[in-house]
Order: sequence, then structure tokens, then C-alpha cells
Amino acid sequence: MAAGDPRAGQGAAPEAGRRPSGFSNLVLHLHPRVVPADSLRLSRTFGLGGASLVLFLLLAATGSLLLVAYEPSPERAYGTVAALVDEVPFGAFVRNAHHWAANGLVLVTFLHLLRVFYRGGHLAPRRGNWLVGIALLLLVVASAFTGYLLPWDQLAYWAVTISTGMLEYVPLVGGALLRAARGGPDIGPTTLARFFVLHVAILPVALLLLLAFHFWLVRKVGGVVLPEGVGDAASPRGPLVPTSPGLTRREGVAALVVLAAVLLLAAVADAPLLAQANPGMSPNPAKAPWYFMGVQELLVHVHPLFAAVVVPALALLLLAALPSLGRGARTTGRWFESPRGARLALGSGVAGALLAAGAILANEPLRRAPPWLPRLAPAIRGGLLPVLAAGVVVAAVTLLARRRGATRLEAIQAAFTFAVAAFAVLTVTGVLFRGQGMALAWPWTARAGEIP
Amino acid sequence: MTARTTPANEPAAPGRRTFLDRLWKALGILAALEAVAVVAAYLAPRKEGGGGGTGTVVAGPVAEFTPASVRPFPAGRFYLVRLADGGFLALSSKCTHLGCTVPWNEKEKTFPCPCHASTFDMRGDVLSPPAPRALDLFPVVIEAGIVKVDTARRIERARFEPGQVAYL
Repeated sequence: MAAGDPRAGQGAAPEAGRRPSGFSNLVLHLHPRVVPADSLRLSRTFGLGGASLVLFLLLAATGSLLLVAYEPSPERAYGTVAALVDEVPFGAFVRNAHHWAANGLVLVTFLHLLRVFYRGGHLAPRRGNWLVGIALLLLVVASAFTGYLLPWDQLAYWAVTISTGMLEYVPLVGGALLRAARGGPDIGPTTLARFFVLHVAILPVALLLLLAFHFWLVRKVGGVVLPEGVGDAASPRGPLVPTSPGLTRREGVAALVVLAAVLLLAAVADAPLLAQANPGMSPNPAKAPWYFMGVQELLVHVHPLFAAVVVPALALLLLAALPSLGRGARTTGRWFESPRGARLALGSGVAGALLAAGAILANEPLRRAPPWLPRLAPAIRGGLLPVLAAGVVVAAVTLLARRRGATRLEAIQAAFTFAVAAFAVLTVTGVLFRGQGMALAWPWTARAGEIP
Repeated sequence: MTARTTPANEPAAPGRRTFLDRLWKALGILAALEAVAVVAAYLAPRKEGGGGGTGTVVAGPVAEFTPASVRPFPAGRFYLVRLADGGFLALSSKCTHLGCTVPWNEKEKTFPCPCHASTFDMRGDVLSPPAPRALDLFPVVIEAGIVKVDTARRIERARFEPGQVAYL
């Protein structure tokens, strides 16, 4: 519709007939006056970045309301949340909305990362913003995690015990890190105070500042990645259309869809609230928040030094290094670079998922048996060797993709997809298929044992 | 103009200016380090503030504990174990893997961790990983036939050794 505008095809900023209102003035500080018509297609971005912003704003709004009702002390925290749910009008609804928006934000920011990667948006000249995006993802996860403790129920207490317990395996400084995170040897009033301040003050402010930087960098680089060949020599970005209403109206619709989805979910599905935290009794099974369940599942199989420290640190480093691994190769700007890239990504994704599932099933009887190579130190036998084996497999995937004629970027993409699919299988297994005593179980039987 | 000022300034000013620049940078780094140290000290846990160490727990007279039995002390977060040979061990109930509280399974005579399926035997030794070491100990003292456990002193150990057992 906007593309049919006769002025749009000229590539010049068309003068709007009337003066922009105060609101569109504000919007036009975030967006340029005109945008490439091609960038408006939904499949360019699926609106995932925008959806993240909407969820962030919804979290700020519902969070402010929750803040009025909540008291951050071990004696009062659980009582205030229970009273909020039971007595305050719309208390449960506001809490549900906050809960679902938070979980949605973790998921949507990760999908946003995948979208950017599979369209080559991480490569130069957007490399710096890729790093800012990774920092934002970490802040989002930290926000969700610090919020997890606040209800002070059994779920919160033990999930945070397990997750912070992983810090102890950091070499040399692990014990100090653990005590710094908890403010003592165990989860207690100091932990709650720290998590509360991080959750309601430090992390939101950091997110806001970094978000502004993120948006500014998007605008500086001229918007989202466009595929090769949308324009010609005269206007390389193809025909341009006025931002308002072409882009703003679409953003408005997307925002309303996201908002409606979260509020609808909040109306029908309750955020969990178990019994008050009891340091003397771990629920069986005790699980970390779902976004850490991949790591917890890995902990069942691999030595903690590797599962909780080496693998996450390596994964983060590789994520940050993804743009450099391309060695300056230029993206085509199409999904998965090319149809061949898409085929290879799909194949390696399926392979990664199947191999991870196979490894989990194969290790299930083995992990209770006496160890192989008992002479080796546990960290080497149960940590270094499996991680090296996984590294060899990922390298083999890259080489195999290259031999099938993949470009450098497509080969990296195949290896990345393999790893992401394997991690997704670990996460799903941990969340759904682990029952009592972390034994493999069907989701419906695990559900029965979850609340002791 | 530049042709005249530059040679005049070059010998003296850049040297002084670089020095002052470096001084400012060094002072800035020093101030940042100080700020970090202040925040770290402020946030460091205080000795008496911890939730674990509350001091000595009086468990009871020796005769109350039958050999080959395990009794939980939830407030002290430990199990008092009397081995078959009459010796005492105070085992921390905190799993050495990630800190979950381990229950005692009387039927199987094990401590199975509900979080990641580590199991420990009656002496706290690891029966199945992922736990990397045996359950921590608290020192047991037997004074005038009364068993006392010092929960303020946590002893980490790799595995069970006979020297860890307290006898009458």
C-alpha cells in the first residue's frame, strides 16, 4: 500500500503535507523519516526486536504495580505475594502478566538473536551491535533470574540454590563468587536484598541505557539487513516509503498483538506459587529456571567444572566471536544465506537434536555404573573428554558442510545450528523429561511428583 | 602561525602534557579501583551474618543413639550418624554438588540428592556422581556422655577416612 505511493520510488525524502505532530516527531527520532519499502516485510524481522521492547515496557508497568504490594524480606516476601494473589483485585492477573512477559522476553530475545544471525545481521557493519545485543540478552536473563527468587517459595529458593551453586565450580574464585552472589554461604535475607535491588533498580536501568544504544546503532547503520538486489545503482536500498504510517502503523499492530497474547495468557494461566521456602527440604525434583535447564541437564552428565563453567563460557565467547569467524565474508542478506545454506542448517539442526537425544539416552544407564577409565581424574574423565568429543563433532559438521560446497558463512551457520539444536534438546529434556531424582520420565508422570 | 608556535612548544609542552595526561589516567584508574574495593568490602558477607553457623548443637546423651542409625537435625542442617561400630559422624545435609538438602532413605540406607541424583552412603561417601566429594562434616565432641556438634566449623573432605569418626 505505501509502496504504491508515487513519491516513494524516487528515493528522496517526501515532504509530508502537514506538519508532524509531537508524537510522530518523537517517533522520528527513533526512526528515520523514510525507510526502504522492502524492510517493511514481516519476514525480514518478524518484529522480534519490537516485541522485546513491548514486553520490556509491559514488565516495567506490571513490575511497578507489583512493587507496591511486595516487601523484600524472607519473613514477609511470601506472605505479601500470597496476599497479592488471593486478596488484591487483579493481583493475580498483574503477577501473571509479569510472569509470562518475563518468560516471553527471554524467549523472544533469543529468537531475535537467531533471526539476526540467520540473516547475517551480526556481520560488519553491525558487529558492534551484535555484541550490545548479547549484553542485552545477558541482562534479560539476569533480570528474569533475580526476579525468580523474589516470591520466596520452594520453587524460587531451590532454583536459585542450584543456579548459584554452579558458581562454586569456577576455578580459584568460585567460593568467593558464590558468597558474593548469596551474601553468605546460604540463600538468606542478604541474598533476597541483593536480588531485589538488582531486579528493580540496577538491571532495569542498565537495560534501558543499553537499549537506547542498541536502537541508536540500528539507526546509524541504516536499518535492518536487506537482501542483495532489492535496489539498483541509483537507490541501492530500493524504493523508500515514509516511516509514518508505513512502519509506525505496522509496529503498532505488532505491539497490540504481543500485548493481547500476554494478557490473554495471564488471564487463563497462573504463575506458579508453591509452599513457602523451606531450607530443610529440597523438592524432588528441584529444577533451575527453564532457561538454565540446559545447563542443569548437562550437569547430570558432565563434570560440574565443565558443565557449569567451561561450556557456558566457551559458548558465550563463540557467540561473541561469530562475526569474526566469518573473516569479512559478506552476507547475501537472505534467510540462511541461500537455499543451500537453509538445507545444510536444517540437516545439521536435525543431526544435533538427534545426537543430543541419543547421548542422553545412552548415558542414562552408564552414569550410575562404575566409571570408565577410573584412573583418570573425574574432571578429565567426566569433563574434558566429553567436551572434546563434542568439539570434534562440531568441527566435523563444519568440515562436512564445506565439502558439500557451503560458503564460509554457511558452514559456520551449520555448526551453530547443530549446537543450538543440541542445547534445545538438553533444555527440553531437563524441563519436561526429568522426574523424581532427575531420572528420565514422561512429562505427565513427572508432573505428578513435582509438588511434594 | 602554527609554524611558529609548534617548534616553540614542542620540546616542553608535549612532555609535560603527556605526563599530565598519564597522571590523570592513572588517577582515574586508581579511583575506579578504590570504588570497586569499597563496593566489594561493603557487599562482602559479614562473619556473624551467615545463615549456617549458629554454634554448638547439643544432640543428646550417647545412649539415645543406637548403632547403625541416622538422626536428622533440621535446625542445625546436619545428620548425626552412629556407625555400626559405635562411632559418631555429623554429616552436613547439603549436597556437595549444588547445595540441595539431601534426605535420608532408611530403606536403602543412602542419602539420595533430589536435584541431580547424587547418592551418598551412611558415612557420606559418594555412591554415584555427579557429586564431586563426600558430604561435609561438622566436628563431634563427646563430653560426659553428651554428644555435641559444632555447626560453625564446616570440614570439607574428599572421601571418608576412619580418622573422621568420633568415639566415646
